[in-house]
Amino acid sequence: MDLSLSTRTEGDRTVVEVGGEIDVYTAPKLREQLVELVQDGKYHLIVDMEKVDFLDSTGLGVLVGGLKRVRAHDGSLRLVCTQERILKIFRITGLTKVFPIHASVSEAAAAVD
Amino acid sequence: MPTVSLRFSALPSHVRTARLVAAAVARRSGLDETLLDEVRLAVGEACSRAVELHRRHNPHEPVLVELTDSPGRFAVAVTDAGGTDGPPDVDALDELRDSLKPAVDSAGEPDGDIPVGLPAGMGLAVISGLVEDVTVVPQRSGLTIEMGWPLSAV
Repeated sequence: MDLSLSTRTEGDRTVVEVGGEIDVYTAPKLREQLVELVQDGKYHLIVDMEKVDFLDSTGLGVLVGGLKRVRAHDGSLRLVCTQERILKIFRITGLTKVFPIHASVSEAAAAVD
Repeated sequence: MPTVSLRFSALPSHVRTARLVAAAVARRSGLDETLLDEVRLAVGEACSRAVELHRRHNPHEPVLVELTDSPGRFAVAVTDAGGTDGPPDVDALDELRDSLKPAVDSAGEPDGDIPVGLPAGMGLAVISGLVEDVTVVPQRSGLTIEMGWPLSAV
């Protein structure tokens, strides 16, 4: 399975729905998408990872890069993820302390930055 | 002798193949289903690391993955020929934890060129945080990362 990406607007947030596998091969596509959104002035992002089957450290690197970019514009990057196998790598790397992780898009959209 | 050997050109697109083969052989060996995700992630990290190093130092050499099903243990060895400059940075994870949060909090202008990956050595750090039975063996032209998982008796 490859990587699938779609974006939509929810209030003042932009939701990026990611599906499939984020690895050393597909991560550059996600990076491009995040860079493009920031260039278009979308600084409050929600990355919905509920349909992600696999995530490795390359994918984490892209998310960290995205967070740095939006933070530079006083923006935010929130993650939606309830899958234990994906959450595990965030815990191993200590990134649960860096990213706000929510159980649903509506919860993330309601969060106050 | 390994049960299955896989040699692939150092291209990111082949890392997925290596993960799939490793998971298939692990399942066939009788490894507990709950450990398959761990095998997938650890093999993926080891192969991504190898591919990145080969692309920089030795693009024409293939990466070697050996999967061995022996009594009581399923083992994976990933061997690269990505050079021997310096010891592997297994402390990368701690450094990252220490540096990342303040760096993100105080981010000023975005870096012109934020790398796609996390710091070098991150893959190894993830593996060491994930897999209990892991050994890194220096070779003449790179490293072998050996990882093992227990097979329960049927």
